[in-house]
Amino acid sequence: MRSVYVIGAGMTRFGRSEWPLVDLAAAASLAALHHANLGKVPVNAVVVANMGAGRINRQTAIASALVDRLSLWPAAAEAVENGPASGASAVKVGYQAIASGMADVVLVTGVEMMRAVDGLEATDFVASLSQPEAEYIYGVTLPSLAGLFARLYMDRYGVERKHLALVAIKNHDNAMKNPYAHIHQPITMEGILTSPEAVVNNPPVAEPLHMFDCCPVSDGAAAVVLASEEVAAKLGAARVAIAGIGQATDTHAVHERQDPTDLKAVRLASAAAFDKAGLKPSDIDVAELHDAFTILEIAESEAAGFFKVGQAHKAIERGETKLTGKLPINPSGGLKAKGHPVGATGVAQLVELTWQLRGEATGRQVAKAKAAYACNFGGFGNNVVATVLRKEER
Amino acid sequence: MASVMDLEALLRPPAMEMPPYPPKAITLASGEEMIVRQASREEMPILLTAIYPLLLVERDYYDIVAARLYSELLAYKRYRVKDEYVLVGLIDGVLAGLVNGRLVDAKVGMSYHTLTIRRGLRVGSHLFAAKMEYHIEHCGQDEVLIVAESPIGFRRWMIEYPLDKKYEVQHELGGVPSWVLTRKTYFDAKPRLVSGRRPVPAEKLAAAVIRLPGEDAVRLQVTGEKGGKA
Repeated sequence: MRSVYVIGAGMTRFGRSEWPLVDLAAAASLAALHHANLGKVPVNAVVVANMGAGRINRQTAIASALVDRLSLWPAAAEAVENGPASGASAVKVGYQAIASGMADVVLVTGVEMMRAVDGLEATDFVASLSQPEAEYIYGVTLPSLAGLFARLYMDRYGVERKHLALVAIKNHDNAMKNPYAHIHQPITMEGILTSPEAVVNNPPVAEPLHMFDCCPVSDGAAAVVLASEEVAAKLGAARVAIAGIGQATDTHAVHERQDPTDLKAVRLASAAAFDKAGLKPSDIDVAELHDAFTILEIAESEAAGFFKVGQAHKAIERGETKLTGKLPINPSGGLKAKGHPVGATGVAQLVELTWQLRGEATGRQVAKAKAAYACNFGGFGNNVVATVLRKEER
Repeated sequence: MASVMDLEALLRPPAMEMPPYPPKAITLASGEEMIVRQASREEMPILLTAIYPLLLVERDYYDIVAARLYSELLAYKRYRVKDEYVLVGLIDGVLAGLVNGRLVDAKVGMSYHTLTIRRGLRVGSHLFAAKMEYHIEHCGQDEVLIVAESPIGFRRWMIEYPLDKKYEVQHELGGVPSWVLTRKTYFDAKPRLVSGRRPVPAEKLAAAVIRLPGEDAVRLQVTGEKGGKA
């Protein structure tokens, strides 16, 4: 297998897009291609991550459309749909193409335009990833699954609403430093939890999760340019290697798991990624976790191996996951505040980590970051892709 | 021959005695404090300036809301609407949102509009609640007639409270069949939707002079246009 490097990364600001879907994808792609400074080196393949354009934007075959919009013919083109893990899955497809020798340069772009429909339809669209006969048919939504999960997790491990609030406050603070984030709004413990007005400010969505525990519905696109070692060396690119990718699945229906609080797919995918990278969780300097709901940042950080099970909320209390802490988590603002255009999310996580490893995350740079980890959480934990990036000194 | 003032008396609707809305302070999710107070007739020009940039924003029916609200505030300023009131929400004096309505008679209120400029902090929810509080608790009315021009408004007011149908009454906003907030609905919803602290210290109230965010800021904040920029 050949080594694979991320040589360019770019994204659009997440939020509500004024542009059509393919233009949005093209904007992020152009930013990444510009960052990669390819010159005359051709792009051999384009992989697009997207979950719902066929349904909510009435557009299919968007990889072909993106190649045409960017005049990248005759590059190979294909789309990857893997629920909210589409982004990291698409990166994995690009990685495989280069590692196997099929391609030297691959553009991977994630894009989603969820605000083309109203909030109820967007929620229903995402809920369609749940088990059709046991979950979806009974009105299950992702917030409701997360609410059930949170209740059990909190009961078992002593996590309180204040810990969820600490995650939200941290991620909103980080997003304030990220010009690409959807939400630029600091929040306070008083405002969302302890004041009498918090009842109105932060209403329940799916108890015990409240509004500020949930990610927003976003439009957005993110892209990375992957290259072989030969091309990366020829271009003199900063050496951010994809050191390891791991993927694992779990039962579709959450209730069929022996222990619903055990995020087994996160655990297995992370272990595989660390194993391939030859690194341990303690080697990681910065992480982007899939905090579609605040409880997930806590649970994923334990399943990935950064904290012992039941201990992450105590680390959060101590400020260990802040930008200045021992392991900064979600310096971008995470899904919680950077936003969550589902197909783009997994790519955007790697965009942030690439910037972090290149020392380009202005305003939110984690000092001396050399190894980074991302968790892209598909379904409700039934399909997870974990990625480890490593900065290599030239 | 009648004087101009005699003619004006014919054109101007007769006014009912309306109690003042007691100001209150609300801590928002951001930790910022929003002062909610009644706006005077003399403050209508600055509010009209705030609304003007939204007249051509089609998204989420802001053009209709802005045009109607503009006419309502103008009519209030120039004494061409009966028993209207306007409440504003101010954060450090900067306009975060406004609501208005009027009294049909002593027992029935007519809700007009809720316009949020500062998004993402439930400012609209707080201000709409303040409007209902005014009708039910301070004016002692039995019910408030309400319609929504956008799906967002429908979800907020009709579903969140929830309101009852009163379709036999056409609302003043376009003759749309009305929904109604009763005293029971209000007091049932009050614990989860109505908040605020009184009295507001005099120095804070004195500082709550309406200032506007920039015109672009109003349009961008109201419409939430953020994405699509590389």
